[in-house]
Amino acid sequence: MDSINSALDYLLGIPILGLGVQVGFIYKALLLLVALLIFTAFILLADRKIWAAVQIRRGPNVVGPFGLLQSFADLLKFALKEAVIPAGSDKVLFILAPLITATLALGGWAVVPVNDGWAMADINVGILYILGLSSLGVYGVIIGGWASNSKYPFLGSLRSAAQMVSYEVSIGLVIITVLLCVGSLNLNDIIRAQYEMGLAHMIGLPQLTFLNWFWLPLFPMFVVFYISSLAETNRPPFDLVEGESELVAGFMTEYSSTPYMLFMLGEYISILLMCAMATILFLGGWTAPIDLPPFTWIPGFIWFFLKLSMMFFMIAMAKAIVPRYRYDQLMRIGWKVFLPISLICVIIVAFVLQLTGWGWHGGTA
Amino acid sequence: MTLPLFFFYVFSAVAIASAAMVVASRNPVHAVMFLILAFFNAAGLFMLAGAEFLALILIVVYVGAVAVLFLFVVMMLDVDFASLRSGMLQYAPIGVVVGIVLLLELLLVAGSFVVSPEAAGSSALPISEGMDNTRALGTVLYTRYVFLFQGAGAVLLVAMIGAIVLTLRHKPNVKRQDAIKQVARRPSETMQVVKVKSGQGL
Amino acid sequence: MRASQLVNTLIMREFAKSFWLTMKYFFAPKPTINYPFEKGQVSPRFRGEHALRRYPNGEERCIACKLCEAVCPAQAITIEAGPRQNDGTRRTVRYDLDMVKCIYCGFCQEACPVDAIVEGPNFEFATETREELYFSKEKLLANGDRWEREIAANLSADAPYR
Repeated sequence: MDSINSALDYLLGIPILGLGVQVGFIYKALLLLVALLIFTAFILLADRKIWAAVQIRRGPNVVGPFGLLQSFADLLKFALKEAVIPAGSDKVLFILAPLITATLALGGWAVVPVNDGWAMADINVGILYILGLSSLGVYGVIIGGWASNSKYPFLGSLRSAAQMVSYEVSIGLVIITVLLCVGSLNLNDIIRAQYEMGLAHMIGLPQLTFLNWFWLPLFPMFVVFYISSLAETNRPPFDLVEGESELVAGFMTEYSSTPYMLFMLGEYISILLMCAMATILFLGGWTAPIDLPPFTWIPGFIWFFLKLSMMFFMIAMAKAIVPRYRYDQLMRIGWKVFLPISLICVIIVAFVLQLTGWGWHGGTA
Repeated sequence: MTLPLFFFYVFSAVAIASAAMVVASRNPVHAVMFLILAFFNAAGLFMLAGAEFLALILIVVYVGAVAVLFLFVVMMLDVDFASLRSGMLQYAPIGVVVGIVLLLELLLVAGSFVVSPEAAGSSALPISEGMDNTRALGTVLYTRYVFLFQGAGAVLLVAMIGAIVLTLRHKPNVKRQDAIKQVARRPSETMQVVKVKSGQGL
Repeated sequence: MRASQLVNTLIMREFAKSFWLTMKYFFAPKPTINYPFEKGQVSPRFRGEHALRRYPNGEERCIACKLCEAVCPAQAITIEAGPRQNDGTRRTVRYDLDMVKCIYCGFCQEACPVDAIVEGPNFEFATETREELYFSKEKLLANGDRWEREIAANLSADAPYR
């Protein structure tokens, strides 16, 4: 019984069980979930607003001041509409697909350290966990497309299967270069390494933390990661999975109402997860850009979300700047450009680290 | 019953059940789905055994890539279930033999632990304390088994090159697109502006 | 492949340039008309929702000559004529306009000898049912009463060019 008691205590943190009064895991998870969903709602609005602004439009501006409540109005609309399930579809898988997408996207956030020691689960293989979950994200798309029993969704899901698997490879290699520099798979360690070593320490100005971050020494990798994360999350210019000019809406064609909303939610949360990954790997996570008083007064999680928003801004701008790729060009970039570049970078970084003895040596293990 | 034990039984039960469903389900896509579920539960078992690196690699590689390709192929196939079913009895004896051999091997492995319980503790490479299993795996792979590891890599490379050689064809008359060349084109190289007087033509 | 092209590709010059361009448009003033709150200019000749006008003394203009019914290319207008009860003058008993059929060509107002049927400046008459778009004489007269000021102003503004 003791183990069950302690497990309950860990989950709920109820002091009656007599084993401590720490805040329960479930409450923390709920807090993160609610914060994340609200943040996603505004990110969705920001995406539309940014796109509109570039096209000299206004974007949604009627619901609430500056249209701030637009996402919540959309939520209400989706929730109240009738969910249509096509007669020829595989009903169980049809409903399962959006659930898979949303659950996997949310699950990835369990290990993201929003602030120093604020991660839900500070596991040793955090980065692999995120990579694993994002590689599973393809299942929601494939199953959804297949279960719809319709041509366009099926074509969309086939495209996504090839696309997401290809770009996973380059993302994995990019992550490996960062891991070579850090020597740990723990996300907190990755951030700490960017704080404790790097260019700023070398030039003797350790306060300029932003020079420490990996975006500067690993800039090509940062670019590859940025573009690959666009492809991995099916964002324009790589949104061939749902390219409306040829596939209506791709795998989402047959979806409506709440299942559709879950797809959208999962998509945006996994975009945010990719932004969070870029923030952790290349932009120093929750550390302040300059390690001096006016900047260090601002708490770490605000820095984290600022960097996250900046990354999202770049992703949203890519949608406005670049026209959609043709499918074979997408594959060409993935296999013939990014894979060699990242592979060569892995080798170069490994050699440089081995020859110079740079790299972080303060890991936990 | 402790919690890890409870989860061990949950993971194993689901893994075995879904493995059975892989064989039993009528729809091949469903079979692949159950295969994925089985992979997942195997990853859960790895996680319980403390091998979190192996667990996540299993998910990334097998579930995230290999099973996707399985699914890809199975979805494209137009499988005739009746003809599949008809061949089942024909192959059943071979299947049974392979199954019995595997079962015997498993029994031998399990039996050795029962006969001499100290065998369970004596692994070839005990992991030293204070070393996470990512580092332990890396240390073993790149020191003791480095040649085997590189050899396996070389075999895979040869297989990949073989597949490419078998499928790659260069047709002489097909025009290919070269994006780099296209981007490199300048207006000055490819066209000229000619002033034409009216009424004269070129 | 030139060296300059290699450098341009590596520093992603085209992306940076287009990013700069889009940022310029990002902060540019938006020409969009904020529609439900502000509306665009409407020409005096604009052909919107139909209306039947009255004379200033309240007498309805339409004399049931049926020219509009005859000219209507979509055959959206149906008129029945008859003597009015109090003074026996010829008036419409029924003036039905099927706004679903109407193509807003403006021939009816061109044909009308007494400027009775006109297409007003109103374009916001969307309805929730089809039935509401089958305009009756009462509805058209009510439209005329409601929009008379704007219609008269538009007609006088357009008069010099006719």
